[in-house]
Amino acid sequence: MADRYIEPVTAELRERWGAFAFTPAWDKKAKAAIARYPDGRQKSAVMALLDFAQRQVGEETNTQGWLPIPVMEYVAGYLDMPVIRVVEVATFYTMYNLVPVGRFHVQVCGTTPCWLRGSDEVMETCKKRGMKKGHTTEDGLWTLTEVECMGNCASAPMVQINDDNFEDLTGERLDAVLDALAEGKSPKAGTQEPGRHTVEPVGGPTTLTEMVDANHDYRGEW
Amino acid sequence: MPTVKVDGQEIEVPAGATVLQACELAGKEIPRFCYHERLSIAGNCRMCLVEVKPGPPKPQASCALPATEGQEIRTDSEMVKKAREGVMEFLLINHPLDCPICDQGGECDLQDQSMAYGRGATRYDENKRAVTEKYMGPLIKTTMTRCIHCTRCVRFSEEIAGVDEIGALYRGENMQITTYLEHAAKHELSANVIDLCPVGALTSRPYAYEARPWELKKTLGIDVMDAMGANIRIDSRGREVLRALPRVNDDVNEEWLSDKSRYAVDGLTRRRLDKVWIRKRGKLEAATWDEAFKKIKAAKPGKDIAAVYGDLLDCETMFAAKALLGAMGSTLIEGRQTGMTYDTSNLAAVNFNTTLSEIENADAVLIVGSQIRHEAPLLNVRLRKAAKRGAKVFIVGPEWETTYPATFLGNDLAVLNSLSSDVTDAFSKAERPAIIVGGAALGRGALGKALALAKEWNVVKDGWNGFNSLHFSASRMGGLMLGLAQKGGMADLAAAKPKVLLALGADEVDFTKFPDALKVFIGHHGDKGAHAADIILPAAAYTEKAGTYVNIEGRVQRSEKAVFAPGDAREDWTILRALADALGVTVGFDSFDQLRAAMFADTPALANEGLADLGGELPAGGGDASGVIEAYPVADFYLTNAICRASPTMQRCSAELLHGEDLAEAAE
Repeated sequence: MADRYIEPVTAELRERWGAFAFTPAWDKKAKAAIARYPDGRQKSAVMALLDFAQRQVGEETNTQGWLPIPVMEYVAGYLDMPVIRVVEVATFYTMYNLVPVGRFHVQVCGTTPCWLRGSDEVMETCKKRGMKKGHTTEDGLWTLTEVECMGNCASAPMVQINDDNFEDLTGERLDAVLDALAEGKSPKAGTQEPGRHTVEPVGGPTTLTEMVDANHDYRGEW
Repeated sequence: MPTVKVDGQEIEVPAGATVLQACELAGKEIPRFCYHERLSIAGNCRMCLVEVKPGPPKPQASCALPATEGQEIRTDSEMVKKAREGVMEFLLINHPLDCPICDQGGECDLQDQSMAYGRGATRYDENKRAVTEKYMGPLIKTTMTRCIHCTRCVRFSEEIAGVDEIGALYRGENMQITTYLEHAAKHELSANVIDLCPVGALTSRPYAYEARPWELKKTLGIDVMDAMGANIRIDSRGREVLRALPRVNDDVNEEWLSDKSRYAVDGLTRRRLDKVWIRKRGKLEAATWDEAFKKIKAAKPGKDIAAVYGDLLDCETMFAAKALLGAMGSTLIEGRQTGMTYDTSNLAAVNFNTTLSEIENADAVLIVGSQIRHEAPLLNVRLRKAAKRGAKVFIVGPEWETTYPATFLGNDLAVLNSLSSDVTDAFSKAERPAIIVGGAALGRGALGKALALAKEWNVVKDGWNGFNSLHFSASRMGGLMLGLAQKGGMADLAAAKPKVLLALGADEVDFTKFPDALKVFIGHHGDKGAHAADIILPAAAYTEKAGTYVNIEGRVQRSEKAVFAPGDAREDWTILRALADALGVTVGFDSFDQLRAAMFADTPALANEGLADLGGELPAGGGDASGVIEAYPVADFYLTNAICRASPTMQRCSAELLHGEDLAEAAE
């Protein structure tokens, strides 16, 4: 996060993105987002609009999407607010990409629970494919970022790739996911542990076992 | 009116006060960085922690905590002391220890408060954070590593200046204050963030490494760059004025100052007239005072003498000129150099009657022919406050970038004759309507129509006078109070064909209208007036003489002398006094005190500081307005008078900020 920076505004960047405008589909969503707030408070929709803009940029570039300055200016104009306020929001939240990213943005969690459960191996697997933290691979497929806790500690270690989480990873399992993505398939999101559905205890419940089939009143047993 | 106990002392505080304000009322000092009286509350520096009961058993930020009935506040407990020490230690973790090379040194809040509330040593031995410098324009020098993220500058530009250009990017430890894409800050009050910055992150670029605050002599002055009469403190060392800073005066400038007033002072040491010059065979040659006076005497002016006064003059100089001309038998004095004419018989009609502090309460404002941001930047701050409180603002004149919602009604003054229903509705419903007639409209005869509108909309009522004229010359109201105006303006002077024309710091006059007159320029800068002059008598600038100034609202204020004028230059009144001797007349004063006494006898309203009673009701006015305002009188905000034009800082601001030249690289 410390190395986040804004892509420099060059003439080429302006030329590429200066004419950015929402497509009708995103425009409809943007209008719906603005309509959620009272009149005169349209600025409140800035986070949603930045997300839409990033996704549209992603569609146009076949990547996860990012926010060039001219696009932020477009959003500011759309909401009639000063550009600097939009840039403040975009730079604050790490889910807005300030520089171009690859087709898949691999965000590896390195916080303690994931680390204890083997995030080093996960990171190593990524690096073996030529990914480098904070960089996009030359084929434009992968961007690697190390992030802090994403709240999947019960199924650690995990990575987030674009909009999906992949959990209970090992090097092999991640390899399988990345291979599938590279081939254009959609691997199953969520836990990769066979037989596990979400974050239920592996091997069946060890506590509150009476509750598995029916509601059980434990109060008398305390 | 809740009653609270501060350190055992019971006091009553106004409703809505914060705990911090309650502590201040009780006479307790609360250290703070982000809190500022005139800005919104941010609560992010945590320096103002106090102990409050009832409440959670931990220190609380007093700036953002409302004072409520029965609170027990402690500012002297062990918990508070420890909390302050802790906050201070955290703030200093990433703050560089470069005080010896920091321009804020000696007037730094962080320095002072770490001495008073810090624990004396750090326990932190990791690397400090470093932040790249940001470009903020020719006036603001940045050292962003020193920034403690108080966000005062962000709040100032958003709330007071109304120009959103400074922001806090990124988050946490990586937060950085910057202007949008590092463009220069482009508004007239940008340099106020330097005063607001509690550390040395934003400092004055022209003043960089010039002096330490304790070396400076501080003199209380009045600013003359516009007609607001902003209260300033003139900081000088030896014979040089190094900087001008705002003084707090809630009635006039609050605590802000326009960039021009702040930075034009470096023009005071450049292009100065420091000796007597006489034009011989078309060329100016250095001469002595005696030669100059002899030459003026040889012109035998008699009563064919006229005077025109410049924009920056004090009342004493103008009165001395009036006395001299009076002794010669002439009354031909005028100050509206560009030839503007308007009826000055009733001063109430040419005064800013609402007053600067009251205009904030207006609920409908019609501005006729004024680019307020350039003509009176500090008034624009007040109008912005009014607009934020819901005032509707309408403007007649070419469009300019307002810092508040405003409706432009077009360039043609004739629009005043048949205003649309939006405007008339707003004004007929308004409880405190205000009309502001600016220079562009005054010069085109719109005063009568404006007065008629004032009557129609009933803008003068109990406790409210909403009729205002807006001047942009510091000398204007003083000159008008002294009665120094001709019915036909400069044309009257030209028609009288004077033998001698005294130009008192007058640089905007069309001297070609006076081909036969001996033109005597008494002023401080070699500018347009001196170029046209036959004789140049070097005089003192506003920092070099004591003087009385009257601002647009008729507020009489006095300025003190900070430094001596350079070389042979003398204070203006002494030159006029000596000229009287040379011409063989008596003006009735031999000292400055006598001059002032004579001036007070002549115009008693100048005797007392504060708002002058200009008396009289508004004249009826009438007639129709006509004429198209092509452009506002202030063509270049940074170069409006001789001092600015001599100032390299103002020249650079003009080139870079107004004309878009890219000088950023050259400065690095």
